[in-house]
Amino acid sequence: MLLIECPNCGPRDETEYHYGGEAHVPYPEDPSQLSDKEWAEYLFYRSNPKGLLAERWAHTTGCRRWFNVLRDTVTYEIKAVYAIGEPRPALQADPPQHPRGGTR
Amino acid sequence: MADQLLTDITRFRRSPLARLHDRMTAASVTGARDVALREIPFLNMVGIRVRPGSAAAEALAAVAEVPLPAAHGAVTGDPDGVAVVWQGPDEFLLVSQDETVVPLELTETADREPGALISLSTHPLTTQLCRALAGHQESGQVVDLSANRTTLELSGHCARAVLEKGCHLDLHPRVFEVGTAVSTTLGPVQVILWRTAERTWRIMPRASFAEYVAHWLMDAMTEFASSEVP
Ligand SMILES: [Zn+2]
Repeated sequence: MLLIECPNCGPRDETEYHYGGEAHVPYPEDPSQLSDKEWAEYLFYRSNPKGLLAERWAHTTGCRRWFNVLRDTVTYEIKAVYAIGEPRPALQADPPQHPRGGTR
Repeated sequence: MADQLLTDITRFRRSPLARLHDRMTAASVTGARDVALREIPFLNMVGIRVRPGSAAAEALAAVAEVPLPAAHGAVTGDPDGVAVVWQGPDEFLLVSQDETVVPLELTETADREPGALISLSTHPLTTQLCRALAGHQESGQVVDLSANRTTLELSGHCARAVLEKGCHLDLHPRVFEVGTAVSTTLGPVQVILWRTAERTWRIMPRASFAEYVAHWLMDAMTEFASSEVP
C-alpha cells in the first residue's frame, strides 16, 4: 500500500485517495476544431513513462481536495507533492537508478 | 386551517441507528476493559464553505461565537455546545446541539414568494448563519447537513483499542490529542473521527453507512468482554 502525503492532511493510506490519471494534460482550447484523431489523443493517449510520472490524486475520504504527485512508476516512490496549477517541479537529484532485474 | 398546522415535527423523525440502541447498550462492556457504544442522534450539522480570513468567514464565526479552525485536525468550540471541525482549506463542519424550531414563515398562512425563506433548516443557528452569509458579496456556502451523518460515541478504557482495529492513523494521545477531529476511514467506511475526551470518541459516518459502522464496532468490542489473553 502506498503512503501518500496529502498537502492538507499529511500521510494517509492509498485507499483514502482517488487516482486522477496523468497531470498537465491541457483541455483543448477549442474542442470543436479538433479532428476525431486529435480528440481521441486528448482523451485516451498518455505518456506512460517508465520512470517519473506527474499524476493527479484526490484525497476523497479526507479533505476532498485534488493535488499533483510526481511518482516513479518503477519503484512507486513519490518524489514530490505539489498543488494543482503549479508546474511540474524539476527534481534536484539525478534520475533514479532503476534496478536491473532481480529483487532489490 | 392554521390551527391545524403542526409545529412540533420532532416526533416524526427517526435516527439512523434507532433500531440498534438496545443492541449497542447490550454490547457495551463494563469492568477494567470497559468500552461503551451509543448513538448521539440528531446533532445539528452545518456545512460551511468560506475563505478563511474573509469578512464572510468572520461574520459566520461571530454568529457561531466560535472561531473557524485553522488547520487539519483542529476543532474549535465545545463538543457539548457549538464546535467547528476543519474539513478542508475552505470547508468546515459546524456541530451543535439538537434544537428544532419550525421557522415562523413556514407556519404562517400568508402567501410567500418562492425562495423567500433564507433557509429551509429548522435549526435557528443554521438560519442565522445563512442570514449572516447572505449579507456578504463574497461567495460561500451554509448548508444544513444534519441528516447527512449520525454520531456514534465510543468511550471507555478500550475505546482506542477498538478503533485501532480499523483505523490506520496514529491514535495515541501524543499524536491524536483530545479535541482533534479528522476525516478518514474506519474499516472501509469514510467517517469523521473526533476525540472529545481522553477516552471518548465520536465517530460520524454518513447515515446509510451508520448501521454497518455500528455493527463493525460492536463486533470489534466483543473481545473486551472476556479477560485478556496473556
Ligand atoms: Zn487531505
